[in-house]
Amino acid sequence: MKCFVGIDLGSTTTKAVVLDEEGRTLGRGITNSRSNYDLAAEISRTEAFVSARFALLRREVERAAGSAVLDRLLAAFRLEQTLVQLERLRAALEEEGEKGAPAGARPALSRTLSAIFDRLVSEEENRFEAPSPSERSDFFRDAAGSAFSRLSEEVAPGNGVSVELLAGLYDKCIVKVENEPVELGFREHIGGALRRVGDSPEVRAAVARATDAELDVAGSVGTGYGRARLPFPKEQIRSEILCHGLGAHALFPGTRTVLDIGGQDTKAIQVDPSGIVTSFQMNDRCAAGCGRYLGYIADEMKMGLHELAPLALASRRPVRITSTCTVFAGAELRERLSLGEKREDILAGLHRAVILRAMSLLARSGGVENEFTFTGGVARNGAAVAALEGLVAENYGQRRLNISPDSIYTGALGAALFALRAAA
Amino acid sequence: MSDAEKDRSMQMQKQMLAEHYERLEGAREAGEPVVYTFVPGNLTELIRSFGALPVLPEINALQSAMRGKSKGYIAAAEREGHSEDVCSYVKCDVGMLKGGNIGPTGTKLPKPDLLLLSYTGCYTFMKWFELLREEYGCPTVFLHVPYQGDGRQTPEQRAYTVRQIRKELIPALEKVSGRRYDEDRLRESLALSAKAEDDLVAVLQSAKAAPSPIDAYFGAVYYVGPIFSAFRGTPEGVAYYRALREEVEERAALGQGPSTPSGRLDRQKYRLVVEGPPNWTHFREFWKMFSDEGAVVVASTYSKVGGTYDFGFRHDPADPLGTLADYCSGCYTNLNLPERVEMLVRYAREYSADGFLIHSVKSCNSFSAGQLTILREVEKRTGIPGGFLESDLVDARYFSPANLKNRLESYFQMLEARRAGIAS
Repeated sequence: MKCFVGIDLGSTTTKAVVLDEEGRTLGRGITNSRSNYDLAAEISRTEAFVSARFALLRREVERAAGSAVLDRLLAAFRLEQTLVQLERLRAALEEEGEKGAPAGARPALSRTLSAIFDRLVSEEENRFEAPSPSERSDFFRDAAGSAFSRLSEEVAPGNGVSVELLAGLYDKCIVKVENEPVELGFREHIGGALRRVGDSPEVRAAVARATDAELDVAGSVGTGYGRARLPFPKEQIRSEILCHGLGAHALFPGTRTVLDIGGQDTKAIQVDPSGIVTSFQMNDRCAAGCGRYLGYIADEMKMGLHELAPLALASRRPVRITSTCTVFAGAELRERLSLGEKREDILAGLHRAVILRAMSLLARSGGVENEFTFTGGVARNGAAVAALEGLVAENYGQRRLNISPDSIYTGALGAALFALRAAA
Repeated sequence: MSDAEKDRSMQMQKQMLAEHYERLEGAREAGEPVVYTFVPGNLTELIRSFGALPVLPEINALQSAMRGKSKGYIAAAEREGHSEDVCSYVKCDVGMLKGGNIGPTGTKLPKPDLLLLSYTGCYTFMKWFELLREEYGCPTVFLHVPYQGDGRQTPEQRAYTVRQIRKELIPALEKVSGRRYDEDRLRESLALSAKAEDDLVAVLQSAKAAPSPIDAYFGAVYYVGPIFSAFRGTPEGVAYYRALREEVEERAALGQGPSTPSGRLDRQKYRLVVEGPPNWTHFREFWKMFSDEGAVVVASTYSKVGGTYDFGFRHDPADPLGTLADYCSGCYTNLNLPERVEMLVRYAREYSADGFLIHSVKSCNSFSAGQLTILREVEKRTGIPGGFLESDLVDARYFSPANLKNRLESYFQMLEARRAGIAS
């Protein structure tokens, strides 16, 4: 089957979407962006094809064996991918330890690394055997990083190795490892996954068909902050403004205004009834009030990014925060805390400040006259959404606000649709 | 360096500028008085009829910026206590002054014998000359040109400006030069002005052709250089504009486009109208963002700051002081918003533009106030999509290449998508 790929190389994450000839989504993939842009694009693309082949598999297996089998298979597949990456990370750390540590300290370091990685592997295997719904990052670097640092603290002191040394080694190695190519594809790991779930003949046959199903890429379009670095010819590169416009239109055809708040920029876009951009405004000269701002605030408050919104939503009396400058807001935050303001009230104020800045761009782009779609990473933040709903109603009256659970893929979806249109 | 500098006219004007700065350096010895004045509303013919030489501080600032000197000057001015929000032309000039008043071409600039503030809408100019008056303690004349609040100059306003020229300015010039006012000499000079103005208008209007033989923004800032600075009403000015016109007409006859940083732009994909001054610190880099995409500017308002000739005004030797009043009143900075909108709408239509861009500069309130209203209004009246870019005149800190490129690419792709949408 012919398919079309869109890749959105953002400043924080890289996303890919695979469409069929009818424009239906076959698969999506996401990874953290990194200095090797080509690799980030390749991994997100690989992930999108993994998800596409699982979708094919799901159609067949669900009927025969039920979806539980497939969920199991997917979990096993993820485990296989994780183990490969852990192995590479372990090798890199050992090599780096050999080079970096004083000769006398090497045996202890080696013992410590072995202990940590044995634990890491068994934790992953246990997680597969007894799944728990615990919150953790989808990205290897973050998930492995937090587990590694936790285990370092448990294991290192007993072996006479400093936690700082391990942290330094880890930082060095994770950058190296995640910027080197790695095979994470469907074909490479589905066999191992099948063995883990005990392979029934039906599932095995379905897997064989899903593996062999032809997915011919008939067109690709790249977009996003790093689009110029994608290995595509110029006509296959589209601005993320156009892609977000078209992607939002595909998700919600009635959309006339799109607000996208990403890691480092905010865009207010107006589109016509066919999803073509008619006007746009974006932040300039300064990225205050973008997604990174919330990341910084989370760090300042020693919280996870995903913990911000629930706390902010608990606020009864939001504090007025005047600055969207990340650095000033950090100072304001500390001052408010020292004055005894509640964390939730401060956080609610910070979310409102982010949205206030977006409101100015919205006004400048032409306002919110009709159906309105919110995209980008910040659209997944409930407190930002609540602030936006309130401010849009206050300024423009009640407007229908759309947020797709897959809003982070909007740009990649638009890019894939451009690829499809170009082939038509 | 690149093709743009190979144009004969460009070599010629570079030479003229260098000679003018050399002449300024020797002005004191040659007994030539020096008058500092600004581009909008500059009364060059009158000044030169007294044997005096004009110095234009904004030209020094922008020339310094093009030569990479503004950064240090601005830093020096900020050390003197000027805030980050002060007009960057002012700070560039103050910094240059504090560093020994070495002009952009490396020659020393003479002190003024007279500060002539011909006030045509920019309030900052007044503050700027207050600083210079403080510094130099020289005589200052304030010529108050009434703002065209109602979209035209009334006979009373004209008489008011003429009276000031006669009663205040001329006596002041007589005093510093030791010469009597010579109206015949002024008339001769004004006749030369009109001649050069005819040729300039022919050059600017050549952009109505497709392909356009000129870039009416990036190219035109070179073209207007001599007439906006020291050479209006001089034989050198006349010779320059005759040569320029011949050069442009030659290109037009051959169906050639202008020289740009991307080479000669014969294949022009987008015809644009631009409002607002350019950035000078990254002038060629900024231009290249347009020329790389095949965009040519066919009309701009900035090329009218030193006089709007394309709607018929010519200096008239028959009424020497009246014509100077008309000239000052008609400068772009002295026009009200409806007139500016009207001008842009006419450009969009008469020059068959595909798009309309505003380059808004942080430094310049005279230009920037009201630009979003202008954008919406021009869009509404012409149906041509507008775009908005932001940076600064000579403060490199506000020029964010990635951001500008992103916006421009998005804008061009939007034009393209709309074109495709309309065609289908």
